[in-house]
Amino acid sequence: MTVASLFFYLFSVVACASAVMVISSRNPVHSVLFLILTFFNAAGLFILAGAEFLALILVVVYVGAVAVLFLFVVMMLDVDFTELRRGMLSYLPIGGAIGVILLVELILVLGSWHFSSGAGAVSEPILAGGKTTNTEALGLILYTKNFFYFQVAGLVLLVAMIGAIVLTLRHKQGVKRQNIADQVARNPATAIEVRQVKPGQGI
Amino acid sequence: MNEIFLTVGLIVLQSVALLVALLIVTAFLLYADRKIWAAVQMRRGPNVVGPWGLFQSFADLLKFVFKEVIIPDGANKGVFIIAPLITALLSLAAWAVIPLDEGWAIADINVGILYLLAISSLGVYGVIMGGWASNSKYPFLSALRAAAQMVSYEVSIGFVIITVLLCVGSLNLTDIVKSQETGLATAIGLPWLAFLNWYWLPLLPMFVIFFVSALAETNRPPFDLGEAESELVAGFMVEYSSTPYLLFMLGEYIAIIMMCAMTTILFLGGWLPPIDIWPLNLVPGVIWFLAKVCLVFFMFAMVKAIVPRYRYDQLMRLGWKVFLPISLFWVALTAGVLVTFGWLP
Repeated sequence: MTVASLFFYLFSVVACASAVMVISSRNPVHSVLFLILTFFNAAGLFILAGAEFLALILVVVYVGAVAVLFLFVVMMLDVDFTELRRGMLSYLPIGGAIGVILLVELILVLGSWHFSSGAGAVSEPILAGGKTTNTEALGLILYTKNFFYFQVAGLVLLVAMIGAIVLTLRHKQGVKRQNIADQVARNPATAIEVRQVKPGQGI
Repeated sequence: MNEIFLTVGLIVLQSVALLVALLIVTAFLLYADRKIWAAVQMRRGPNVVGPWGLFQSFADLLKFVFKEVIIPDGANKGVFIIAPLITALLSLAAWAVIPLDEGWAIADINVGILYLLAISSLGVYGVIMGGWASNSKYPFLSALRAAAQMVSYEVSIGFVIITVLLCVGSLNLTDIVKSQETGLATAIGLPWLAFLNWYWLPLLPMFVIFFVSALAETNRPPFDLGEAESELVAGFMVEYSSTPYLLFMLGEYIAIIMMCAMTTILFLGGWLPPIDIWPLNLVPGVIWFLAKVCLVFFMFAMVKAIVPRYRYDQLMRLGWKVFLPISLFWVALTAGVLVTFGWLP
């Protein structure tokens, strides 16, 4: 047993165990923390597969940004745990069905890899000269062959972002906002008024 | 099998050596921080323990370790204990890829800079977990603040890193330093003025943005909204005492030194000598590296001493409305210039 396979079993066992804990732990914050642990172990598996760029992007994007927002929302919301538990049985069939579908799809994908010898070659990145690093290989494919899809994905994200802003942005009446440019542009001439006050008279 | 044990043993030895050196450097930089701060405020600073107070940090360490660990009754015990461990562990883990000299990195991986970005983006978890697990108002508010702040400034840090990577053509930290061996100074025919070769000059706006974002990312004043004493007592660390508090403190300082090291590598030429003439280029690279880290840390300390704290909405405005557009523009500009003049590596 090599060191690599030892680490593979370590990562996958922890990943599976924490995935189970995500759905079974009582506290939703603990669930999110276990989700983060799952992401982390998935990143470890990516590194074992030689995809270090994907692994670190997974950590930066999912663990460093997406899961933080999850945690944020879960912490802010006052979730009633007992209420959540009650619906569990009625959701079980749907969840089970989705699980079975995913399992079948995985078997199909892996099976096609296993049974037809040519299938693996299509999905593998083409490394120029064999010296290209992971990052370079991804870039070469993403920005040349699949450039259109890349752009479309970017546009979809942009539309989603604009949509979220439009949905949540509200201009309340009567709220005073600070305009930094105005404040910086103020000078004594525009900001203060000098009055000569005669003694005994006031303004 | 013997070979594996030999390799593992070597890595362990290297890591332990690095950790010990790092912790000692941290102790003295903490002392330096307090001394600089004191000097700006015309105080003496720590001056009792050891000559000139040099051993103050070690005395503090002993004091923290021997105190009782207090876990609040309503706290979520597991998360409460794990949070400071995560902070300290992550900030130490980042040092695995930092090349102190040519070939001195413990793990010279080819996505080194991405690893650093990932580790520093994980730093937010110590804060947010500690704040939530304390089950108290101030820590929780602080955790929310600090989390939003760190996530916001990561974006501009990412763009700054991309700009540097465009000029380097590699994500490896050693390659980033090596690409600064040639540059402006060699272009104008004065190769001994090596400090002109480094990226701080051609990418000056990004250098400034990176420095300010590093302050915000590590929760340093003027961006220490997470632990603003005047509003939140001590932020997410209110309920912590003794060793867990020490771990938070240690993690924070090591993360700051890591950011100094990152600035050194990205913009200040890593281990390269600033002036490439006879007596200076005999000095070992690690000395130069340390000197540059200390210089950046001095700048961090001075900022802490002389700049008042930002208001939270101003902090967010600076991150999203000023730094993000400028850094995005600069990425496009750099890419355009590199392609137009054919300087792409």
